[in-house]
Amino acid sequence: MTAIGELPFFQCLAIQSRVLRALFLRELITRYGRDNLGVLWLIGEPMIFTLGVATIWSLAGLAHGGTGIPIVAFAVTGYSSVLMWRNATSHCTTGIEENKPLLFHRSVLIIDVFFTRIALEIIGATGSLIVLSFFFTFIGWMPMPDNLLMVIGGWFMLAWFGASLALLAGAGTAFSSLVHRLWHPIAYLLFPMSGAAFMVDWLPSKLQYLVLFLPMVHGVELLRHGYFGNVVQTHYDIGYMAECCLALSLCGMYVVREAGRRVEFG
Amino acid sequence: MISLEHVSKVYETRRGPYNVFEDVSFTLPRGRNLGILGRNGAGKSTMIRLISGAERPTTGRIRRGMRVSWPLAFVGAFAHNLTGLDNLKFVCRVYGVNHKPLLPFIEDFTELGPFLREPVLHYSHGMMTRLAFALSMAIEFDCFLIDEAMIVGDARFHERCQYELFHKRKDRAFILVSHDANAIKTYCENAVVLAEGRLHSFPNVDAAYAYYLETLAQKPEAMERWRM
Repeated sequence: MTAIGELPFFQCLAIQSRVLRALFLRELITRYGRDNLGVLWLIGEPMIFTLGVATIWSLAGLAHGGTGIPIVAFAVTGYSSVLMWRNATSHCTTGIEENKPLLFHRSVLIIDVFFTRIALEIIGATGSLIVLSFFFTFIGWMPMPDNLLMVIGGWFMLAWFGASLALLAGAGTAFSSLVHRLWHPIAYLLFPMSGAAFMVDWLPSKLQYLVLFLPMVHGVELLRHGYFGNVVQTHYDIGYMAECCLALSLCGMYVVREAGRRVEFG
Repeated sequence: MISLEHVSKVYETRRGPYNVFEDVSFTLPRGRNLGILGRNGAGKSTMIRLISGAERPTTGRIRRGMRVSWPLAFVGAFAHNLTGLDNLKFVCRVYGVNHKPLLPFIEDFTELGPFLREPVLHYSHGMMTRLAFALSMAIEFDCFLIDEAMIVGDARFHERCQYELFHKRKDRAFILVSHDANAIKTYCENAVVLAEGRLHSFPNVDAAYAYYLETLAQKPEAMERWRM
């Protein structure tokens, strides 16, 4: 079995897909086990988070600028977006350390570990959003999406942003453990600025200008524009967000390649 | 065939770059074998990791023209909260093999009984080693990488390992690293010595062993391997 890279493309693709499948199932069972709800926790865990946040925001009567958006819908769309950019990165920053011994199998590469964790987080957050919005729409606490395609577009952009950030940060941990230590405070501080708990339009224009440097804000705004339609005034530039994601993805892939050379067991 | 061309490995340490070894070249044709002798800290396990592809060389090139195993009986890759069987399934998926036909062999070799379906965290080290060794035997390889220090167990286990490796699979290539010349003298057609960051070749195992005894008598000169 030669190292990946010296084989024809389709053979590499076959090896990588079976490695990804193996890692995916392993991660799923390792994390959630087979007891009680088992792998349903993949969706259950983010759902509980989102429900908790929705409850607190509802009780606190978080100001929603008199726009008439139902608060539950606001919380569900907002917090689900946070899950998208935050969780994949959090899990990837421990990915190398936790999976290092698996690299003894030559065909398992660190990018496979990252892809697995990113996919799990995206599936979990997406599942949680779908289940919650179906449920709340059914009981009438959430409206139907105004433009489903726009919602999917916003969701896709958030997934791309989360994935590229996760690759970069995850691979960064091979160079310095600072990345892992700093990620949690950074994520904590970014949360209130990420557009989850406010609409850009509610902010003074100076603050709007600053907050719109954060790529995920554009994704959340697009998602909410799609969900609530023209009831809300949104501000986003998907071109800008795409440029940021593209830059992050390229840097991420470069750092992943370099990290693969550095991983040591010693 | 496996070939190493001018391979070196440098680790970053707090004192600066440390040469584990440099300019190592050799080839191992299909079906042949090689013993690598070296005292503690000579870089034997690093060599095995590089050949297995788990780690990359700092400079030089390693080509693998046959299916090379992972370091035999390596227990570190088990997920401890998964059962032995789940760990087996994972390895089988990675190598694209159906695990079901392998089960009778695994059950027979590991002698784990119902423990195969218990989480690995309840295993003793010996049980883990038996499972790890059985896994390496279950997947077909053309060349086995054996770090003798990893295969720790009782006499019965050793006997069964030797039977599986050197009798049932005597047509396969292998690289055996050890700090103890016994196994190498018994099973290897040729041997090399890893000492002071270099690989020394010899015409036969006895010559290699003689040189190895000389290096054992000397104090290790690790300082020279730091690049300052």
